[in-house]
Amino acid sequence: MATAALDPAHATSPKRSVLVDWLTTVDHKKIGILYGASAFIFFLIGGLEAEVIRLQLMKPDTHLVSPEFYNQLFTMHGTTMIFLAVMPISAMFFNFFVPLLIGARDVAFPRLNAMSFWVFLLGGLFINASLLMNAAPNGGWFGYAPLSSRQYSPGVNMDFWALGLQILGIASLAAGVNFFTTILNMRAPGMTLMRMPMFVWSVLVTQVLVLLSFPVITIALVMLTADRNFHASFFSYNVAGGDPMLWQHLFWVFGHPEVYILIMPAFGIVSEILPVFSRKPLFGYSAMVFSMAFIAFLGFGVWSHHMFATGMGPLADSFFSLMTMLIAIPTGVKIFNWIGTLWGGSLQFKTPLYFALGFIAMFIMGGLSGVMHAVAPADLQQTDSYFVVAHFHYVLFGGSIFSLTAGAYYWWPKMFGRMLDEGLGKVHFWLMLIGFNLTFFPMHFVGLLGMPRRIYTYPSGLGFDGYNMASTIGALTLGVGFLVFIYNVIRTWRTGAHAPADPWGGATLEWAIPSPPQEWNFAVEPTVSEKDALWAMKRAAGVKVLPEPPLVSGKGIHLPSPSWWPLFTSFGILIFMVGIMVKGETHGFPFGPISVFGVLLTAFSIFKWSYQPVDHPTSH
Amino acid sequence: MRYLHVPRPWYRPVGLLGALAAVLVAGCSGPYPQSTLEPRGDFAAMVDSVFMTTVYLAAVVFVLVEGALLFVLFKFRGKPSDADPKQIHGSTVVEIIWTIIPAVVLAVVAVPTVRTIFATAAVPATSPDGQPPLKVEVVGHQWFWEFRYPDLGITTANELHVPIHRTVDLRMKSADVIHAFWVPQFAGKRDVFPNRETRLWFTAAVTGEFPGACAEFCGAEHARMDFYLMVDSAAAFTAWVDRRHADSTMMYTGAPKHAADSVPLGSMDPKVARGKQLFTTKTCVVCHSLSAMNPFKGQIGPNLSGIGTRKMIGAGWLPNTDENLREWIEHTQKVKPDVLMKGLPPISDDEAAALIAYLRTMR
Repeated sequence: MATAALDPAHATSPKRSVLVDWLTTVDHKKIGILYGASAFIFFLIGGLEAEVIRLQLMKPDTHLVSPEFYNQLFTMHGTTMIFLAVMPISAMFFNFFVPLLIGARDVAFPRLNAMSFWVFLLGGLFINASLLMNAAPNGGWFGYAPLSSRQYSPGVNMDFWALGLQILGIASLAAGVNFFTTILNMRAPGMTLMRMPMFVWSVLVTQVLVLLSFPVITIALVMLTADRNFHASFFSYNVAGGDPMLWQHLFWVFGHPEVYILIMPAFGIVSEILPVFSRKPLFGYSAMVFSMAFIAFLGFGVWSHHMFATGMGPLADSFFSLMTMLIAIPTGVKIFNWIGTLWGGSLQFKTPLYFALGFIAMFIMGGLSGVMHAVAPADLQQTDSYFVVAHFHYVLFGGSIFSLTAGAYYWWPKMFGRMLDEGLGKVHFWLMLIGFNLTFFPMHFVGLLGMPRRIYTYPSGLGFDGYNMASTIGALTLGVGFLVFIYNVIRTWRTGAHAPADPWGGATLEWAIPSPPQEWNFAVEPTVSEKDALWAMKRAAGVKVLPEPPLVSGKGIHLPSPSWWPLFTSFGILIFMVGIMVKGETHGFPFGPISVFGVLLTAFSIFKWSYQPVDHPTSH
Repeated sequence: MRYLHVPRPWYRPVGLLGALAAVLVAGCSGPYPQSTLEPRGDFAAMVDSVFMTTVYLAAVVFVLVEGALLFVLFKFRGKPSDADPKQIHGSTVVEIIWTIIPAVVLAVVAVPTVRTIFATAAVPATSPDGQPPLKVEVVGHQWFWEFRYPDLGITTANELHVPIHRTVDLRMKSADVIHAFWVPQFAGKRDVFPNRETRLWFTAAVTGEFPGACAEFCGAEHARMDFYLMVDSAAAFTAWVDRRHADSTMMYTGAPKHAADSVPLGSMDPKVARGKQLFTTKTCVVCHSLSAMNPFKGQIGPNLSGIGTRKMIGAGWLPNTDENLREWIEHTQKVKPDVLMKGLPPISDDEAAALIAYLRTMR
C-alpha cells in the first residue's frame, strides 16, 4: 500500500508482490487493517445469522429453519460476535493506534503481533468451516456441560467450538502480552502513565483482563476437550466426582471479565472522541482511569451473578448481588464524566460524535437493566428470558458496536487517508439508532411477559407475537444501516476526499503525522510534556491546526523485517487442533499423525523465527 | 394468605398504568398467561415487588441522566468557527457528589434485595391453608417434565396439579442435561441438575391453568419443553388425587375405586378393548405408563396417567385433540423432531381410532 511506496530503499523488498507483502507483514498498521477487514467479514456473517434468527422468530410457529439449525445459528451468532467481531475489531484499533497514540514505531513484539492475527484468522475460519459441513456448534456460546459432553452432543459440532475457541485464546493471550508490554515500555519520552490517552488506558486494562481471564477458559476448554475426546470426566456427573457446576464457575470466571474485555475499548474510544468534538479536555481524567481499573477489578468478583438460578443459597446470592451493584458506581462515574466533558463544550456534530452520543444514551439503558439483573430475586425471573437478551445487546451493541462504529468514522481518515462521507454517516447513524431500539427495546417486554431465550419458535396466545414482529422489523432496519455503511466505504474508497493529517482538530499524537501514516509512524520521536499532547503542541505553537507534516524518506530508520514464520506457526497450531478433532471422532489415541505434524510445524517455525535477524538486511 | 401480606408500594398502580401504556404503545394485546408482571402467588409477588422498586428507580435515573445528555446536546451546540470553550479538567467536588448519589440509590435497592433473597430462600414450614407444604419432585427430561408426589405415591408428567393456598415444596433434578423450571406467575426460575437437588417453592393464590416452560437451553427441542400448572380448589385437587389412585387400582390390583372403571376387558366397548391391546402390541407400553401409582415399567417416556383429559400433549405444546393425538402418535418426528419417540409405523385409521378411544378413557 501507499505506506511503503515512498522510499525504494525502504520498500521491504522490490521482488515481493502485494500478496506476499501482506502475508509476511509485521507492520502494526497493516496487521490492524487485516484484523479490521477479517473481523468485519465475520461481523457480517454473524449479522446474517442474526437476521435469519429474527426471520424465524418473526411469527409464532414458524418453520423457516429446523430446530437443530436454529441452535447452530444462535450459538454461532454469539460466538462470532464476541470472539470474531467485537474483540478483533477492537484489536484493529489496538494495533493501528496504540503505537501511534504513545509515539512508538511499532509494538513491542511485531512478529508475535503478526502471529496473533494469523492465529485469530485461522481460528475464525476453522469455526466457520463447520457451517459448510452442516456441523456448526449447537450448544450455545457458553457450552454448558453436560449438554456439551460427547454423550449429549455426539457430533463434531462442539469440537469445532471447543478447539476453535482454544485457537482464538492463543491469539488473544499473545496479543495481551504484546500490548501490555508495548504500553508499559514503549511510550514516547515524557508520556507518563497518567498522561496517556484514555484509549491507551482502556487497552492496558483490557489486556490485564485478557491475561487474567483467558487462562481460565483455556484450562476449562482443555478439560472439556479431554472429557469429549479422551474419556475424562471433569464435568460429567456419573463418574469419578465430576460436576457440571464446575464448568459454569470456570466459564463465568472467564465470561464476566470477557464482557469487560468487550466494553473497555468502547469506553476508551468514546473518551477520545468526546473531548475532540467538544473541544474541551476529558472531564475527570484520574477518575476515568481509576473507575476503569475498579470496574475491571470488580469484574473478577461477580461471575456467579450469571448463576443465580442454580440455587447457590442466600449468602452467595447476596454477595454476588451486592458486588454486582457496586460496579454501577464506577460505571455511573464514567457516564457522568462523559456528560461533564460535553458540558460547556463547543459540540461539533460530526458523525463520530453522533455515534459516541448514541453509545452514551444506549449504554445508560444497558446499565440500568444491568442493575435490575443484579437484584438476585428479580434475576430469577429475568435470566434466560428475552429481558437478558435485551440487556446485553444494549451493552454490547448499544455499547461496544456504537462505540466501535464511532471509532471507525473517527479514525478512518488516519487509517486510509480519505474522509468517509458525512451525510451517509448520519443516515447510517439514524438507521442504526432506530433499528437498534426497535429490535431490542421490545425484548425487555417480551422477556418480562415470559418468553425464554434460545427457543426456535413460540406458540401464539402468550402475547409474544407483536413484540417479535417489531424486533424483526428493527433487525432488518439495522441490516440496511450497515449496507449504507458498506456503500459509504466503497464510495470513499473510490472518490472520497483526501484527508489532511488532522481533520478533526485532534488532541493526540496520531494526528501529528500524515494520513495515512508512513511505515515508521514518526520520523522523529515525539516528546510529550502533558496530557492531550497534540493540543499542547498546538497551544505552544499558537495555532488551531499544525501545518501539514511533510512526507519524509525514512532513511536510517530501523524497522522489523517481514517474516513468513508467524504465518507458518499459526498453521501448525491450526493443524494440531484439527488433528485432535479428527481423532476425537474415533476416540483413538489423543495425538494422531495430523496433530504430530502440527506440533512439528509449529516447533520448526518458532525455531526459524528465533534465528531470523530482527532487522531487514537491506535497511542497514 | 401470605400472598396478600407482601407490601405493596404506593406507586404500584402508577407502574401498572405505565406498563399498560407501554403495552398499548407497542400495539400488542394480551392476555399474557406467562407474564412475570402479574404474580399469582407469594414467591412471585415478593420478586415482583423488589423488581418494581428497581423499575421506578431506574425510570427516575433514566429521565434525569438521558435528560441531562439531551440538554447538553441542545445547549452546547457549537460552530466550527467558534472560539475554544473554557478548558475544564474536572471538579473534585462534583465528582465526589456523583459518586455518592449512585451509591445511595444502590443502597436503596440493596436492602430489599437481600431481604427478598432470604425471604425466598427457605420453604415455609406451614402453608397458608394450615397444612404442611405439598412435596413435589420435579424431574427434567429431554424434553418433558416429570412430576412425582412422594407423599401421595403419584407420578405424572407435563401437568402439575396443586391445590390453592397450599405451599408447594419442589425438589428438583434432571434425568440428563441441565434444564430450568419456570412458571413465571408463581416463582422465578430454578435450574435442575443431574447430580444435585435444587429447591423452589410457591403458594398459588388463585385457581386456573398457567403455562410454564424450560428456561435453560437443553438441546434440540428446548423450545418445546413446556408444561401447565393446574391450580385446583382443595376439593378438585382431592378428586384429582383420587382419580390418580383409581387409575392404578384399576390396572394393577383389579379392585377399582370408581364404578366406571370396573369394566372387565371382555365387556368393554370393543373399540376401546382393541385400543388397549394395541397399546401393548404397538410397544407404547415399553416407554409409557398409564398408571400414576409406582409404575414399575414405562418410565422412559412421559407418564400418561389421565392423558385422555389433559389440556396439552407433546410437553405443553399441542392442544389435546384427537387429530393432534393421532398426528403425534404416527408422525412424532414431524411434530417434534429429535424426541426419543420415533412414531408408529403407518397405522390404519381403525387402529388409530381404537388407540385414541382407549387413551380417552384415561381420565
